[in-house]
Amino acid sequence: MLKINNLHAEIDGKKILNGLTLEVRAGEVAAIMGPNGSGKSTLSYIIAGRPGYEVTAGEVLLNGQNLLEMEPNARAAAGVFLAFQYPLEIPGVATMTFLKAAMNAQARQRGEAESTTPDFIKKVRGAAKDLKIDQEMLKRPLNVGFSGGEKKRMEILQMALLAPKFAILDETDSGLDIDALRIVADGVNALRNRERGFLVITHYQRLLDYIRPDSVHVMARGEIVRSGGPTLALELEKSGYAAYSDEAA
Amino acid sequence: MAADLETIEKVRSIDVGEYKYGFVSDIESELAPKGLNEGIVRYISAKKNEPEWMTQWRLEAYRRWLTMVEPNWARVEHDAIDYQDLHYYSAPKKSPGPKSLDEVDPELLRTYAKLGIPLREQEVLAGVERPRVAVDAVFDSVSVATTFKAELAKVGVIFCPISEAVHTHPELVKKYLGSVVPVTDNFFATLNSAVFSDGSFVYIPPGVRCPMELSTYFRINEQKTGQFERTLIIADKGSYVSYLEGCTAPKRDENQLHAAVVELIAHDDAEIKYSTVQNWYQGDANGKGGICRFVTTRGDCRGAQSRISWTQVETGSAITWKYPSCILRGDGSRGEFYSIAISNGRQQVDSGTKMVHLGKNTTSRIISKGISAGHSQNTYRGLVSAHRKASGARNFTNCDSLLIGENCGAHTVPYMEAGNPSAQFEHEATTSKISDDQLFYCQARGLDAEEATALIVNGFVRDVLQQLPMEFAVEAQKLIAISLEGSVG
Repeated sequence: MLKINNLHAEIDGKKILNGLTLEVRAGEVAAIMGPNGSGKSTLSYIIAGRPGYEVTAGEVLLNGQNLLEMEPNARAAAGVFLAFQYPLEIPGVATMTFLKAAMNAQARQRGEAESTTPDFIKKVRGAAKDLKIDQEMLKRPLNVGFSGGEKKRMEILQMALLAPKFAILDETDSGLDIDALRIVADGVNALRNRERGFLVITHYQRLLDYIRPDSVHVMARGEIVRSGGPTLALELEKSGYAAYSDEAA
Repeated sequence: MAADLETIEKVRSIDVGEYKYGFVSDIESELAPKGLNEGIVRYISAKKNEPEWMTQWRLEAYRRWLTMVEPNWARVEHDAIDYQDLHYYSAPKKSPGPKSLDEVDPELLRTYAKLGIPLREQEVLAGVERPRVAVDAVFDSVSVATTFKAELAKVGVIFCPISEAVHTHPELVKKYLGSVVPVTDNFFATLNSAVFSDGSFVYIPPGVRCPMELSTYFRINEQKTGQFERTLIIADKGSYVSYLEGCTAPKRDENQLHAAVVELIAHDDAEIKYSTVQNWYQGDANGKGGICRFVTTRGDCRGAQSRISWTQVETGSAITWKYPSCILRGDGSRGEFYSIAISNGRQQVDSGTKMVHLGKNTTSRIISKGISAGHSQNTYRGLVSAHRKASGARNFTNCDSLLIGENCGAHTVPYMEAGNPSAQFEHEATTSKISDDQLFYCQARGLDAEEATALIVNGFVRDVLQQLPMEFAVEAQKLIAISLEGSVG
């Protein structure tokens, strides 16, 4: 499904990724853990296409298609979704409006029919209910004045509606209390199926108690330094990242 | 919701960078010789077959104008205007005064069809969902057609070209013309008073709620022609009217001058809602050509509890110099100004409002949204003042500026003069940029850069768009998207 080969990237001349290689299969939930500054968020941004990074070598393939050659919106239409660590506020644009604009933009790019308004509203209401998002919130401008937890749930709502082929969750657990974490994790788990791949980026093992990964990868200094099964996360929880940090903790 | 999507649709369907209304209609015109002197003023007056008092009024204005100098305080730069190198009168040849649409040059009707203006009443009547809007169309200097006149007359509403009102309702014109914007008001208003050619006249009798939106479309076609329209709207006691003006012009290499005057009078308990969607040609990417407009628009809340509300969506013109204002004379009267001013390319906008509180317990509200892109400069200039007798005057002002790109400028110049200690003025202002992160966030959800910009901008101007009559809000939204094309990426 997603193949990253020997990816090198830098920002403002500073090297962040140093030959990262990773494969996530269809239906797999891969977790990436690592110390701060190891390049985890950069990896998610480069997959989604955020401007400002220079990829100096390597490739990122989604089902054989080279994402690095595509505009961010084309990557989204091809099935890439990034749940942001810090979701952006869009003042004056009602959440419903934003969701419809996004869904229709993707449908158009794929040459599919746009969903009718009643269908759309039904879908949104259903998904919002599952995530315990108040219907009133859907009328408010996207993310404006939302709490940290509300923003993260809104990201998962977008993911549910856009139904991506491959989803990246960038530190989705940060800033969440235990109840919000459970709601978000349930939302993600509900979307797991045999076709969809996930890349779950987190600093803490806690999230992985709720979203059970199939594989765990440790990232340090811009590359994957160790890979293993779910037990690797538990081991990290005990030993910490000291062994992988530049500075010994 | 639907409107946002409509905007995005429109962005997709329209050829980028093309001014859609830039065509020139091949219509034979009757042109006054270039230049301005007493003879030209008399020529215009004679063309309109005006009574002597009107001719004298014009001449007085002209003589006054000769003693005035062009103001230069606005933050706009342009080549000196040669007032002797302009035509001050141009009329489609078959006019003036067609009796019915059948007498109007078919080429002219085609022009209006291209502009999407429903001139033929039956078309409007036939469409179940089409808005019912009475239209007065002004082509260069002459009003060519006014629709729905008969139906409006039934309730006593007068809606006709001002050139006609001079003949049919001289008592009203005499009483009100120049009563809000005096002949001596300013350089451009005085020029307009001398040479104004046509425009709309509206009178709403006491207690009448005008049954439909009234609308005027202005079109400059002829080369080197100044357009000097004059609009006069009177809402008598307890009446209500909503009025909209729309403007377009062909692409021309040289600048065209537009110096309009709009006067509104609201008597006791009357309300006037005046909306503008302006899309004159803005000039090319290097700032060549385009309409230079120096417009005086002012409303007089003459009666107690009267209300005047200005809403403007300004996207076109090379230069905009415009300050729709309210004189809050009547006790308890209210003035509102809602503005979206978009500048792109080399456009220069200096616009804002004046709220002059004279009566007791008067209130005013100003919401201004300026959007600058390209190499444009966008200035909000506003004055809020309370006379010493204006006890209990209140104003709320909110000025937001949005910058797109690195080469444009936004400026806010608010003046406040509180002559009465009980006056309460509030002013809020923000300047923001569409951040790269916001754009990326929208793009990561599937919108392309232009769709994302349109969505964010529509969010930014939402408060003002909501003030427009429904049927025009959609049009305005499309216009906003079109005028920002090419501003990203």
